[in-house]
Amino acid sequence: MNAAQAQALHHASTAPDADAFVRIVDVVKKFGEATAVAGVNLSVARNELFALLGSSGCGKSTLLRMLAGFEEVTSGRIIIDGEDMAALPPYKRPVNMMFQSYALFPHMSVAANIAFGLKQEKIGPREIDERVADVLELVQMSKYARRKPYQLSGGQQQRVALARSLVKRPKLLLLDEPMSALDKQIRQRTQIELVNILDKVGVTCMMVTHDQEEAMTMATRLAVMSEGRIVQLGTPHEVYEYPNTRFSAAFIGSTNLFDGNVSVDNPDHIYVECAALPQPVFISHGITGPLGMPVTLSIRPERVRLTRTAPDNTPNQAPGKVCNIAYMGSYTLYHVQLASGKNVMANVSTLAFDNVDPPSYDEEVFVSWAPDAVTVLTK
Amino acid sequence: MIKPNKKLQVGTLAVGFFFLYAPILSLIVYSFNDSQLVTIWSKVSLRWYYALAQDDELINAAWLSLKIGLLTAFASVAIGTWAGFVLARMGRFRGFTLYSAMINAPLVIPEVIQGISLLLLFVEMGKVLGWPAERGVFTIWIGHVMLCVSYVAIIVQSRIRELDTALEDAAMDLGATPLRVFFVITLPLISQALISGWLLSFTLSIDDLVLSAFLSGPGSTTLPLVVFSRVRLGLNPEMNALATIFIGLVTVGVIAANFFMQRAEARRAMPAS
Repeated sequence: MNAAQAQALHHASTAPDADAFVRIVDVVKKFGEATAVAGVNLSVARNELFALLGSSGCGKSTLLRMLAGFEEVTSGRIIIDGEDMAALPPYKRPVNMMFQSYALFPHMSVAANIAFGLKQEKIGPREIDERVADVLELVQMSKYARRKPYQLSGGQQQRVALARSLVKRPKLLLLDEPMSALDKQIRQRTQIELVNILDKVGVTCMMVTHDQEEAMTMATRLAVMSEGRIVQLGTPHEVYEYPNTRFSAAFIGSTNLFDGNVSVDNPDHIYVECAALPQPVFISHGITGPLGMPVTLSIRPERVRLTRTAPDNTPNQAPGKVCNIAYMGSYTLYHVQLASGKNVMANVSTLAFDNVDPPSYDEEVFVSWAPDAVTVLTK
Repeated sequence: MIKPNKKLQVGTLAVGFFFLYAPILSLIVYSFNDSQLVTIWSKVSLRWYYALAQDDELINAAWLSLKIGLLTAFASVAIGTWAGFVLARMGRFRGFTLYSAMINAPLVIPEVIQGISLLLLFVEMGKVLGWPAERGVFTIWIGHVMLCVSYVAIIVQSRIRELDTALEDAAMDLGATPLRVFFVITLPLISQALISGWLLSFTLSIDDLVLSAFLSGPGSTTLPLVVFSRVRLGLNPEMNALATIFIGLVTVGVIAANFFMQRAEARRAMPAS
């Protein structure tokens, strides 16, 4: 996929889709003078797991709370399965939420916590028991039905919280930072378990997180938010490989950014002159924009090659000196300082050191990258 | 590190406890004294307990105090919880500072002033409206509630402040109306604060003398009022007997409360399987 295709896809996924399951149309939220959400448009398909990603204060949690009904929209509409949510209070919406703190009722047993939502619906006691048992089975917590929340570990509490929000069979499930209260070791396993459970029940799901790894592991599509707006929207692959702004390039994963100007503009390739690099960078696709336009180049550390000798036949290289080495186990992160003073990060996989000695501190090395490894950012 | 001197530590403790409990102990001992005089020991007897059992005035006063205490405790908890909830949850509304200062003011306003002001109000109301015709249980009750509401409001307010609001959000999210959320989630979670507020109000009301003195009328004399007026006529060992019974009841109450709380704690710590 080239950048043009990515661009097209990007447009396709932002256009409000008339028959999407969940539609958020021009939603704005103001707290007094401060704007928390500044005109968001989103559509989420049935059974999709959608992630809102952003740092704290970007408006993602406010958006989630508006979906749940805890905050009223200042303007705009929220439509779930064809029904406008505006007039509905939280207790009448077909939406359930799993809270960041889990918010399990401390004075009720696990079973009572899960049954709470069903009891509000005037469902018969036998059906309540059945549905509670089923959902406990689903999250593998049947043994713990009679325990109180404080007798459970963090991971178990999370499953109870999930069961409680699933048992009412909501049309939309909201997950607020679902993994933030868990230890790092069990997070990865839990993420996959959670996705499997959601797949099994087939529920439309919207999650909020500040952890890009979490969003990329779990979500089918994600939206990067900043200052109340959606910056980029797409599959994890699209957003990572084709970031559309400096913000999303730097927010999703780490990247090397170079500011420069387009110096040669051809339909199938361009050159960009960067102050930090010794020669213009060759990029193997065209862009739409005038000659001399200021752009930012993003090159992911795993796309940067590290060699002791200068690679042949490519202008995309620069000599430098190793100034920091972080051994991460599966790969090693090298910081290379160029002659211009610019630091470039390069991930070298552990496999690459099978035949070659790893470079050490202060060694003279070359960084280089392929012409198609560069993403050109215009904003 | 400073190491405590063992002897000094034990000595200080002994002096402190002696200071606290010696008067009470002597009071209990002298309640079993046969003598008419409080300070002179003759022989052991239950004479003053019999006298107490025959003393209708004291017994009626005790019942009245108990009744007012219960009424006060319930009313203060109801109103105080309401006020505490508003203080903790409304955010900063116009006049918030004034409101919270006014809720807390009865804690620092001397009771004498509260008593006089209420008395004047009731007298004036009696003249203009014909109600309350005379002071009695009702007026005492109003005075006590006025005093106790502040305590309950402060206790409840601090408990609600530390309550995770996500719990209430979660209950609403699961389909409970706000009113239901309050009764099914919020109230049980702040029950400890309500119980301590209730007990505090009850205690304050039971031994209140100043407000009751201003607000009581003929036929509505509370226990502290009777005790105080009798003591003024001369100390009577009957009072020792009464005090001993009270100390006994309080001790039993405290031990029972501790026992139940510890049992609940133990049940909590025990892993259910």
